[in-house]
Amino acid sequence: MPIIIDQKAILRQDRWTLLREASGPEVLRAAPGRSFIVPLDFYLRYRGLLDEYPGEKGVWLDSHETPEAIAGDLANLAIIALNFPVFRDGRSFTNARELREHYRYQGEIRAIGDVLRDQLFYMARCGFDSFALRHDQDPETCLAAFRDFSTGYQASIDEPAPLFRRRHDQRQA
Amino acid sequence: MYRYDEYDHAMLAERVAQFQDQTRRYLDGKLSEAEFLPLRLQNGLYVQRLAPMLRVAVPYGLLSSAQLRKLAHIARHYDKGYGHLTTRQNIQFNWPELMDVPDILAELAEVEMHAIQTSGNCIRNVTTDHFAGAAADEIEDARPWCEIIRQWSSFHPEFAYLPRKFKIAVCGTPADQAATQVHDIGVYLLRGDDGETRFRILAGGGLGRTPVIGQVIFEQVEEPHLLSALEAIMRVYNREGRRDNKYKARIKILVRETGADRFREKVRREWERIKDSAMKLTGAEIRRCQSFFSGPDYVQRLNGSDALEESLRNDAEFALWHRRNVRAHKQPGYAIVTVSLKQTGLAPGDINDRQLDFLADLAERYSFGEARISHKQNIILADVEQRRLHALWRELGAESLETPALGLLTDIICCPGGDFCALANAKSIPLAEEIQRDFRNSAELEEIGDLSLNISGCMNACGHHHVGNIGILGVDKKGEEFYQISLGGSSARQASLGKILGPAFAREEVPGVLHILVDVYKAQRDPGEAFLDTYRRIGHEPFKQSVYADHH
Ligand code: SF4
Repeated sequence: MPIIIDQKAILRQDRWTLLREASGPEVLRAAPGRSFIVPLDFYLRYRGLLDEYPGEKGVWLDSHETPEAIAGDLANLAIIALNFPVFRDGRSFTNARELREHYRYQGEIRAIGDVLRDQLFYMARCGFDSFALRHDQDPETCLAAFRDFSTGYQASIDEPAPLFRRRHDQRQA
Repeated sequence: MYRYDEYDHAMLAERVAQFQDQTRRYLDGKLSEAEFLPLRLQNGLYVQRLAPMLRVAVPYGLLSSAQLRKLAHIARHYDKGYGHLTTRQNIQFNWPELMDVPDILAELAEVEMHAIQTSGNCIRNVTTDHFAGAAADEIEDARPWCEIIRQWSSFHPEFAYLPRKFKIAVCGTPADQAATQVHDIGVYLLRGDDGETRFRILAGGGLGRTPVIGQVIFEQVEEPHLLSALEAIMRVYNREGRRDNKYKARIKILVRETGADRFREKVRREWERIKDSAMKLTGAEIRRCQSFFSGPDYVQRLNGSDALEESLRNDAEFALWHRRNVRAHKQPGYAIVTVSLKQTGLAPGDINDRQLDFLADLAERYSFGEARISHKQNIILADVEQRRLHALWRELGAESLETPALGLLTDIICCPGGDFCALANAKSIPLAEEIQRDFRNSAELEEIGDLSLNISGCMNACGHHHVGNIGILGVDKKGEEFYQISLGGSSARQASLGKILGPAFAREEVPGVLHILVDVYKAQRDPGEAFLDTYRRIGHEPFKQSVYADHH
């Protein structure tokens, strides 16, 4: 089980079960009521079954997949996990921002995969709010990552006004 | 020039602390080599053939005297006494010790400098025409826009792990000395019919293995939408740029494989979504950034200078330098001076600590305490009174910086090549020096006139060989260093990529080949016609035939 940081704190109990691979719908029957994060192709294939599934559900997108595929269903999904197959693959940063800014997604966005301390700050700015750390990461060191910078120049999810607007407001005040 | 406020200072200090911590974790074995690599690159730190190399960012090439002095100090205390100006207006140090790097970064921060995003797969330091704000024929000063882009691209959380490096140039001059069309994104400032500023935005240009001239993505973007237009391009690239093959990962390949029309459509679609978001620029912000570049306190009502006219009449050497290295200024009575760093015997673009201090001093006394680095690896004093040009020229002579080489065949752009760079196929600096020695007669050079000669030590094209009127590329032939020559390249407005002349040459053959090329040009040119224009008129064949008839 990976250690999860949620809202900048270490999560004691994670209710989500991430199905990295899922071939058939029997998994839903095996553990009714569990909260599952399923792969995108599984979700698209078994959407009908999932609609009737009694537990919570979410979807995870690999870095080459895009939120467009689930755009109509976002309101029913409590969590979207975005995968980093390798930390250098920056596509999931874009997916996170698109979910928040374009689709106005309000649920949890979780980083999964090669999730390392030195990428956490930018992830948080792009709209991730939970992080499944790679097994070798020290959670305490990771918590410090959210304080790497006190602010940023750009508009971001945690600071919707870019610095130039905040500077201006400050001068007006 | 732009001055940091408390936010800029805070973020820079935080970045220095962050990198110190990362380096410590790396040295403690808590960060793997592979994980540390992008972090150190995004802080300007390479590991080169002989030592680490630190590339310091010079935003759009602009430096104050205090910054020049700091660079001199770093060259003296942490390096072997010199630095190297790059083709992207930065300065790099080839000999720092790894353990000194945090101290160097802390020293740089004292003068609002750093090495952030000068390397790695992120948005790099934005560049512009080095005459920005001074050129007589300028459309608009690009520097405020560069500063706006600098801030937007610094620590951009979404675009720190792009498929590949990403370079942006902004240009507001008709001449275009920023090589705008061979950048990942090139931005041209223009005037709309209503007199307002507009941006023509190109994407997908680049040099390297596959040289391409950028495609126009936006014809006319209005001021408030500059950042959203850039962000839309970046987003499509971040998502769709190839990550399976390093050599196909630049945006130019994406634009080509997608097709310019479809790429444009994707960008448009993205742009429609974000153009009215919070990143829409406000008039207040644009004016704030412009206020930093409003021009120094020029002496008003200076007109042509009689003293200058007299010196030009009486001092032939000064007149030669003036003709080559001095350009028209938009402010009456002022001139733009280029200090050539192309003296024979010194690697093009190398500058030592004494020269840096000396130029800091001259900048203070002659040019309002500012200097610029050009992508041709020279230093510019952009705001000099015409009546003081002769005095300045005499002072430059004291440090042998009065070479009247600007724009001539010996004003070579040259990458560090095999002497320093681990990727090189061939040395480039010794070849540049041989060429300079061979063409040392200044009357002959003057007779040849404007001719750009660019040398790269390998396909990565840091020396911009594709856009030299004459380009030279180091190639490896069965373990031996050879040089391939191309003709007809240009990075100006009417940009073009050079065409390969034929089989490569051994190093000692190259100067002879250049003489043949120059002779063909001199025999064929119309009066007043520059090399490139003759080449464009008569074509490749006459050059090719003469070179290979004599040679093989
Ligand atoms: S062109 Fe090649 S040899 Fe020259 S600096 Fe670039 S990578 Fe090194």
